[in-house]
Amino acid sequence: MTAPWLSLVIFTPWAGALAVALLPRGAERTQRRATLLFSLSTLLWAAPLLARFHPAAPGLQEVENVAWIPSLHIRYHVGLDGLSLVLVLLAGVVAPAALLASSGPLPHRRLFGSLFLLLQGTALGAFLTVDFFAWFLFWELSLVPAYFLLRLWGGAGAARAAYQFILYTLGGSVLLLLGFIALYAAAGTLDFAALADLGRSGELALRLAACGRIWPAAVFGGILIGLAVKVPLFPFHTWLPPAYAEAPPGLAMFLTGVMSKMGLYGILRILWPIFPSALRAAAPVLIGLAVAGAVLPALAAAHQSRIRRMLAYASVSHVSTCLIAVFAVAAGSPARAAGAAGDALGGALFQMVSHGLSAAALFACAGILESRAEGRGDLADFGGVQLAAPRLAGLCAVAVFASIGLPGLNGFIGEFLIFRGLFTLNALAACVAVAGLFFTALYLLGFWQKVFHGPAAGAGAGFRDLAFSEAAPLAGLAALIVVCGVAPQVLTWMFNPLVARWAGMP
Amino acid sequence: MNTLPSAIYLCFAGSAAALVFGRRSAALARRLALAFAVAAALVVARAALDFAPAGELRTLTNAAWVPALGIRYHLAVDGISLTLAVLTAIAAIAGILFSWNVTESAGEFFALYLALLGAVYGVFLSENLFTLFVFYEIAIIPKYFLIARWGGGEREFAAMKLVLYSFAGSALVLAGLLWASAASGAHTFELPALAAATRALPGHVQVPLFALVFVGFATLAGLFPLHSWAPDGHVAAPTAASMLLAGVVMKLGAYGCLRVALPLFPAGFHALQGTIAVLAVIGILYAALVALVQSDFKRVVGFSSVSHMGFVLLGVAAGTPRAVAGAVLQMFSHGVLAGLLFGVVGRMVYDRTHTRDLASLRMMGLGRLLPFAAASFAVAGFASMGMPGFSGFPAELMILIGTWRYSPALTLGAVIGIVLCAAFTLRALQAGFLGGPPPAGAPVLPPITWPEKAGTCLLVAASVAVGLHPSLLLDWIEPALHSALFLPVWPGAAP
Repeated sequence: MTAPWLSLVIFTPWAGALAVALLPRGAERTQRRATLLFSLSTLLWAAPLLARFHPAAPGLQEVENVAWIPSLHIRYHVGLDGLSLVLVLLAGVVAPAALLASSGPLPHRRLFGSLFLLLQGTALGAFLTVDFFAWFLFWELSLVPAYFLLRLWGGAGAARAAYQFILYTLGGSVLLLLGFIALYAAAGTLDFAALADLGRSGELALRLAACGRIWPAAVFGGILIGLAVKVPLFPFHTWLPPAYAEAPPGLAMFLTGVMSKMGLYGILRILWPIFPSALRAAAPVLIGLAVAGAVLPALAAAHQSRIRRMLAYASVSHVSTCLIAVFAVAAGSPARAAGAAGDALGGALFQMVSHGLSAAALFACAGILESRAEGRGDLADFGGVQLAAPRLAGLCAVAVFASIGLPGLNGFIGEFLIFRGLFTLNALAACVAVAGLFFTALYLLGFWQKVFHGPAAGAGAGFRDLAFSEAAPLAGLAALIVVCGVAPQVLTWMFNPLVARWAGMP
Repeated sequence: MNTLPSAIYLCFAGSAAALVFGRRSAALARRLALAFAVAAALVVARAALDFAPAGELRTLTNAAWVPALGIRYHLAVDGISLTLAVLTAIAAIAGILFSWNVTESAGEFFALYLALLGAVYGVFLSENLFTLFVFYEIAIIPKYFLIARWGGGEREFAAMKLVLYSFAGSALVLAGLLWASAASGAHTFELPALAAATRALPGHVQVPLFALVFVGFATLAGLFPLHSWAPDGHVAAPTAASMLLAGVVMKLGAYGCLRVALPLFPAGFHALQGTIAVLAVIGILYAALVALVQSDFKRVVGFSSVSHMGFVLLGVAAGTPRAVAGAVLQMFSHGVLAGLLFGVVGRMVYDRTHTRDLASLRMMGLGRLLPFAAASFAVAGFASMGMPGFSGFPAELMILIGTWRYSPALTLGAVIGIVLCAAFTLRALQAGFLGGPPPAGAPVLPPITWPEKAGTCLLVAASVAVGLHPSLLLDWIEPALHSALFLPVWPGAAP
């Protein structure tokens, strides 16, 4: 049966956003359920996609490619490969979990649901489109619902955080836009595959250089920074801690779980294929930045007093680990190291998913802690929560240990693969980055101990344990964390052939 | 198709009707105005449906007027004029819907409004340059009275400033056209015939001629540093007039640049292209920076118009068919979005709160009191900062692609303007609507009325339709730019 599966994946949440917006005003319960239902549609559509998916097939699958704006040669072109598939699944899991985690009392539930579904649709669109115009549409539109969710439902500092968030990321997008304008002027197309063909043959750099010698490097730099802001790559991360700290818990889960992967996806799908040689040349610097991004935010996280700021820095640090792997592979390696490159890249993809799951779970826990403490969210506000709330303590422990990389949980697989490859590719980067892992263990364990252990203190006294509706999203995420940790094949079969091709393995 | 000129006559007839019958009641006046504007819009819609994209201008009416001087009453249409006629139709209806609360001398108000509208249609549909100029001059008079009588703040000053700038601009245009016709020896004001003669002029003659005509028209398009009438005029004007001024009247200037100055003096254009592009980028950046520090809500929108019109001028200056097509698209886009922004700020907010001061608005909690206004401003604001999915994005993309080929450095400058635009729009959004909860005992504001909602929906729908499917308009615009009239404008330019 052929159906525009990918368009269904992308646009069902948008249709849902419209449907939810049209629901009657007072019906909170219906609004909540309808939002959740539309959010679950991603997983529903993913079932036939999974059944039809051929991991070993080269190129994109389920392609839809129709003319859109003929005068600019712009097409609506969507397609699926292993990378987009795992990210669609990740979004499909994290989005409903984030909505479930926001099912407490919330003003303007209808608008919240509508904006959230819009956001989910933009993320899915960005993972599935392979022509710049449509991709940029989703990439850029994602800022709008994210801005309003942060601004309207965020904490006390949300106004500033939202302004900073959107201007910073918009500045990045504008560089991206400028880069692609130059590419269009040079190549006459905005299709990623066509640009990649030109990029691989070196033709693109020649044509860009026709405008002036600095342009090949400048265009590469513009697109790099545009993507780096979103990931974020150190030192472009400063917008992130306030945004994650002020966002409502559901948004924070989605931002860290899914949106931060959009930037990584862009680097893998756009930057690397189109600028292989420029990326190879810049790789030493970028690896340095990524290593700094893995270690310094880990140090910063250890010094935060607010739980969510700590988790935000942790998120930067973990995403940077993926970046190290990607840049190290892009730096190029002798053919005999293809196996190591495959490990590092596979690990990076795996880590993207596992970080999405465990970071979302951690932010859900932080949201629950804050909701029980009248919005206070400092480490010092809690103590001995385990006594009163063993379920929360247990589920939070799973997320903490997954983030630290305990064997048997998903974080271990990703980090293990990344570092196994990295020690062959770039031993120095690997050694320094390992220090980041050490700090991560230190502050995350410290967090768990401070909040859950010991005698009840602060808001820990009289703490109410998880209700079923609160436990459900956390339990679901924890179950996936364990499953992916014990049987990583459930993910790796989707992208291993792709990774092998990218890594140049025979 | 040939019924299109009746859009002009319907507006003038409506103007007379509103004047005569509108004295009895404001309700009758506004209903009459809406009926005539809708009738004109239907005429335009019918022509748009019948329009087969052909390059050359298609004659609609052609009658002798002053034969000895080559003056004819000659109306014609091509894809560019049709695009702008559609914009006029949309903006006109929205403007009337947003003026539903005008009660003071409503008959005269709508009479002047429709007269302005008729003149605007006339400019867009004129083929003979004398006809065009007559309509262009007619448009000035109603503008003045609309601002001076129904405006707010320093309305006399603003109205006078606007009129003086407009007259000065048209004097330059007239001088240029007369000189051109004398120098070329062509005793005609028919556009193709005059163009054929003036193109043969040597380059050093074309440069001053081009400068006269271009600057004359560009004054009305808000070219830096001749833009200062625009924020003053927009701010002082009543809502409907600011919607039409920013939305459509500024396009008259840009349209004149494109339709008259470029085809008549291609060599002059090529000589001054760089200067115009630099001025356009300065305008984009300067107006955006000024908008960033305004305390008056309406002035923010007024300066944003100047900044956005800078993109139109930049597209024209880039001088490739693609960039110019983007400029026409941006004219449409800005027409719709500026109309909406002025509608929100002038009608929805000011008419209810009687203040435009952002600091006082911050205290009022308008986001809670007027959620529809907040949502409309948010949509219009994000659309005007070039968010994909709305009409501004394909327009700016085409302009920037065209400019990149001309000068990457100027493209970079224009792109910084996009970020500044985001900054001042969000600043206004945060201060205007997201300030916090309304204070206890805040006065109850009248709810948003149906005409306001209808006008908003019309404008948003137009922006989204063109944003998602720009080919709607590009299929009209691009063939026109490849017509014989425009071919000498881009010798050997990349497509």
